[in-house]
Amino acid sequence: MTKHKNRRHLPLGLARRGYAGIVQHLAADKAESAWSETELETRLIEMGFVEGARIEVLHEGLVGRDPIAVRVENVTVAVRRREAMAIIVAQHRPLD
Amino acid sequence: MHLALVGTPNSGKTSLFNALTGSRQKVANYPGVTVERKEGSFVTPKGRQVSLVDLPGTYSLRGRSPDEEITRDIVLGRSTGEPLPDLVLCVADSTNLRLTIRLLLELKSTGRPLALVLNMFDIAARRGVSVDVQRLSAALGVPVVTSIAVRKGGTSDLLRLTDLILARTPSPDRQNLWRPLTVPELRATQREADRIIAATVSLPIRPDTWTARIDSVVLHPVGGLVVLGLILFVMFQAVFAWTQPVMELLAAGFAALGQFVHDTLPAGLLQSFLQNGAISGVGSVIVFLPQIIVVFLFILLLEDFGYMARAAFLMDRIMGGAGLHGRAFIPLLSSFACAIPGIMATRVIDNRRDRLTTILIAPLMTCSARIPVYTLIISAFIPAREIWGWINLQGLVMFGLYITGIVSALTVSFLIKFFMWRDYAPAPFMLELPDYKVPRVRSVAIGVYTRAKMFLQRAGTTIFAMMVLIWFLASFPQPPVGAVEPAINYSLAAIIGKAIAPLLSPLGFNWQIAVALIPGMAAREVAVAALGTVYAIEGGKEAAEQIGQVLATKWSVATALSLLAWYIFAPQCASTLAVIRRETGSWTWMAVTFGYMMALAYAASFATYHIAVALGAG
Repeated sequence: MTKHKNRRHLPLGLARRGYAGIVQHLAADKAESAWSETELETRLIEMGFVEGARIEVLHEGLVGRDPIAVRVENVTVAVRRREAMAIIVAQHRPLD
Repeated sequence: MHLALVGTPNSGKTSLFNALTGSRQKVANYPGVTVERKEGSFVTPKGRQVSLVDLPGTYSLRGRSPDEEITRDIVLGRSTGEPLPDLVLCVADSTNLRLTIRLLLELKSTGRPLALVLNMFDIAARRGVSVDVQRLSAALGVPVVTSIAVRKGGTSDLLRLTDLILARTPSPDRQNLWRPLTVPELRATQREADRIIAATVSLPIRPDTWTARIDSVVLHPVGGLVVLGLILFVMFQAVFAWTQPVMELLAAGFAALGQFVHDTLPAGLLQSFLQNGAISGVGSVIVFLPQIIVVFLFILLLEDFGYMARAAFLMDRIMGGAGLHGRAFIPLLSSFACAIPGIMATRVIDNRRDRLTTILIAPLMTCSARIPVYTLIISAFIPAREIWGWINLQGLVMFGLYITGIVSALTVSFLIKFFMWRDYAPAPFMLELPDYKVPRVRSVAIGVYTRAKMFLQRAGTTIFAMMVLIWFLASFPQPPVGAVEPAINYSLAAIIGKAIAPLLSPLGFNWQIAVALIPGMAAREVAVAALGTVYAIEGGKEAAEQIGQVLATKWSVATALSLLAWYIFAPQCASTLAVIRRETGSWTWMAVTFGYMMALAYAASFATYHIAVALGAG
């Protein structure tokens, strides 16, 4: 099945409502968060954002479509887009 | 035997705590910090007396806030004065195991005897979650038990297991190997947790449909804000309008009691003290118990339902415009009940600047202690008309006062950010939105009961002491023989009041108001009682019975409006200032709060009075 190209990787911070995908990896250096990279990564993992977790963007805020409410497996987490930039997702699990 | 409850926020830990201990609870603070310590006790089926402590919710043991440090220190036995728990109960919401199982894996390294409690097991079963409890227990290496905290007998398995574990001859303590997890370790632990869950739990394909349905309205970008506004509006109508019958009943009761004392005792100092000092003073505050119960009822219901986190989500960017963090919404909403728990709740805000801003503006939120003052003045000066057929004009004015408080809080926050911390980006916002739960009647009842008890204790101690003082000041020295003016005009109260009155007369306040404002520094609602006492001694028993009607004849509308404006802003609460001092660890911030609120109060009252006089309400 390797002939299928992997779906495009996307920072969750750019995803729109209704987007469903899988966490590929965390890239804390890609988010301009007020938290340090270690702190941001730790907190994201503590909320369940680990590689392979299924996510879906459920809701968006009024101002600048921010923050977003994301379903992570069976937990819903509210997060600002700025921090969500550190979560790299793809619409399907890559085929290897 | 000592047990400790540990769990993530929203795991149903507190309802389990309430189910196990009932009303046998003690709420206090941990020494040196303002973290609430909740302890209770129960007896196991085998007759063991067990004390249970409900530790602050946490996602890990790394202790990123004072609350979470308490949890870590007690579990690790680092806390002096707290016993090392004989058994740690890790509480999980059965519908949502991922984060709790990871926490449990971390807890295992502490070496404490440990058990996992799968709480809300009924809800999980209804949603199609099925857990192979025995395999889960084997995979985790700790006993696992299910519980339904809200059902009678729903904790019997847990009680049996507790007996079983505590009966074992204490094995030599396993080593405490805990140290803070590194990022790769944390990631590995979460993966391990996910692997165990995949092997032992089968999850439904669809998430909770009710939560999804409610959220599609409640978290709608526009609809959600409309819902939030409606909830707040209904809350204030309930507080002001729906409690009236009960309050009138209470007022009539105290008036009858005062009359009884008046008729039974011979005229003199004792009669005057009991009727004017004790009964009319304390009574005029206790009358507001129904409103305080309703405020706390709404806040606790919304919290239990799971709405508070949604409100923070909706308000995050909007409050961000005013320089506030989304998490500040919950402390600010709690401040509508009382600024003290509100200021203490700011500990959920990790960033110091965000937290400080929230603390500074929390006292501007209309707390329940302002309600007595607002109610008294509104009912005396605002006609009880219906407008547009269904909105009570008095309720509308009350709503307006709340809105003014909110708008000024946001404005102050904006100014703080603009002038002091211009260069600074807002701290991140990350919050779990729990699934909705039907609020637990028993849990809410215990919460409301605890708050009502605190209010009554305050009425019985602080307020009573203040009333005695006011009565004394208002009664002595006694008028000379053949005096023509009312007795109070010769008293110490009049002397003090007249001394301050020049300062306050630009605001339209007379010396009676000045007298009432002094004890009102201790607690806002005392001012109502103090006015009651002052006018009762001045006007006799008719005045004591209907303080509102007396005010309507003694004050101009401009004075009344000016006093309302004063109460929106004035820092009239010694306890709030003390909590600010404690939470910020600085006298400076306390002084800043006092200063800016006093300045705002004076300016607002001055403007209100003079505008009202100019419009012919003088």
